[in-house]
Amino acid sequence: MHKSRTTLTVISLAAIVVVVQLLTHCAGKEYYLTQMIMAAYYSIVVLGLCLVMGYAGQISLGHAAFFAMGGYTSAILTTTSFSAAAGTGAGRILRGLGVFVERADLYGGQLVTVNPWAAFLMAMLLTAAVAFLIGYPALRLKGHYLAMATLGFGLIVYRIVLGSEFAGSSDGVTGVPEWRICPGLVLGGSTEYRVANYYLAWGVTLLVLVLLLNLVRSRVGRALRSIHDGELAANAMGINTARFKLQAFVFSAVLAAAAGCLLTHYNGGIGPSEAGAMKSIRYVALVAVGGMDNLLGGLVVSTVLTFLSLRGYFGTYDHAVFGVILIAIISLAPEGPLKPVAAWFKGFTVRKGG
Amino acid sequence: MALLDVQNVRHCFSGLLALDKVTFQVKEGQVKSIIGPNGAGKTTLFNIVSGIFPPSSGSIRFCGDSIAGLKPYQVARKGISRTFQNLSLFLRMTVLENVMVGRHIRTRQGFVSSALRLPGQIREEKAMREAAMVRLEELGLAAVADVPAGSLSFGQRRMVELARALATEPKLLLLDEPASGLNTREKEGLAGIIATIRSKNVTILLVEHDMSLVMDVSDEILVLHSGVPIAEGPPAEVRNNKDVVAVYLGGDFADASN
Repeated sequence: MHKSRTTLTVISLAAIVVVVQLLTHCAGKEYYLTQMIMAAYYSIVVLGLCLVMGYAGQISLGHAAFFAMGGYTSAILTTTSFSAAAGTGAGRILRGLGVFVERADLYGGQLVTVNPWAAFLMAMLLTAAVAFLIGYPALRLKGHYLAMATLGFGLIVYRIVLGSEFAGSSDGVTGVPEWRICPGLVLGGSTEYRVANYYLAWGVTLLVLVLLLNLVRSRVGRALRSIHDGELAANAMGINTARFKLQAFVFSAVLAAAAGCLLTHYNGGIGPSEAGAMKSIRYVALVAVGGMDNLLGGLVVSTVLTFLSLRGYFGTYDHAVFGVILIAIISLAPEGPLKPVAAWFKGFTVRKGG
Repeated sequence: MALLDVQNVRHCFSGLLALDKVTFQVKEGQVKSIIGPNGAGKTTLFNIVSGIFPPSSGSIRFCGDSIAGLKPYQVARKGISRTFQNLSLFLRMTVLENVMVGRHIRTRQGFVSSALRLPGQIREEKAMREAAMVRLEELGLAAVADVPAGSLSFGQRRMVELARALATEPKLLLLDEPASGLNTREKEGLAGIIATIRSKNVTILLVEHDMSLVMDVSDEILVLHSGVPIAEGPPAEVRNNKDVVAVYLGGDFADASN
């Protein structure tokens, strides 16, 4: 029963993805796809955060930092020249393994950098390790210690990328190469493969959605939800609550880093604003508007609002809009605006049917 | 050998002595009750046995292994399950899901296999669902399986908690005031349910205020007063114990019960 529901959800969403592409094509507004691609990657962060906030009941105010960590790690590794290191014995071995690759730089010179796949893998491992170190002490305690720890962490990461030469200071890292995923599929910002990138971005996002939908409807999902509803009772039922909270948090941080890595390759660079606290709060707001424990709601809301934001509809009030949304949700509809609407719709159809 | 062996347990809440010199045993297959006036330390004792906090001193052995200081989830894995006096259901989950959480320690699928819905995970999920459904049927809750636990009546919630605790397949079941908040009819049913659980070889440690229920189902009773045991024995003996009568009817001990 659950499986068919997931299948139906994903097929409907895939259909919408195709329709949107066809509409932009027919309307001659294919440039909208660029923001739709970016919105897809940002939505992966929201989906992961949804697992931590809506299901495990923990608040992370550092997801922008994890996103930036993924983005910056792969950006730095794929743009820094390792020509000297590649000449040493260990360097030759890494070269043989394909970790180091030679490519031409902008001016036609030879450059030895880390393969995007290897950089991606290293970014994930680094983020997982850091998330573990932050989450381990904070999640052994009950209460909002994770929110405080991640807020502090986010501020530190922002200051580090802003102040460090190797991260390009306030300019960020540019010149991140395209990523040849497989023959015929290149992750990059050139308009010539924009449509392919649109399907790649949405394919990955829907895959993440399916994995998370499976997860929340499983033993693990029930364990996380039981922690949210009553941590003590969950523990008394034999659930290692600290471990489950930590696993969910690390998984979610790695998803954010993966999204950061993919978007960085698409954009060809990353800047310090991606690591800002306002970005973290934006992700929290999007999860809240989506309905907290509603992955589908989170995805839809996040896509729409992020798209509008990226198209500049909120103008100079961009950050303020998300702050206002968060306040409005908390005070007016703590379960998210979709739930009352869904209940109203259900009541309407029942009345009509009866 | 006793299933549960509590020796000389003492517990202080920042200076307040809640339990002292508590020594008792629960034998396999028994229904043992702990009674005493409010504030006697009954729930504190339950919380210590189930690992919610460690005793300040003393030893607790279960099947011969020391369990003092273990975390609640570790105690649960040893085979001790419990219900809560004030009910602690997962209110936004369905009744069935609540009981499936009780199957947690008997199952093992993790993040990766669940996210990918591997064949083993699908099989285990089905088995979990069926095992939980059996518990619900036993307690007459099959009809509300898909209802959120938060929308049930108080009496039904007590039964769901019981089903959830039994789903862990415990050797020892701790029931914290299972009759409180139940109506007369539900209370009568409870004695039968306790007898059924016992017939399935589950040992029961019961904290209860309802004396007719306690006298009815218990093999042995331990009486606590101000954190100290004052009597222990079969119901008939405890009922006629002078100290126990004094505690319950007012007398020399009454002023210390707060």
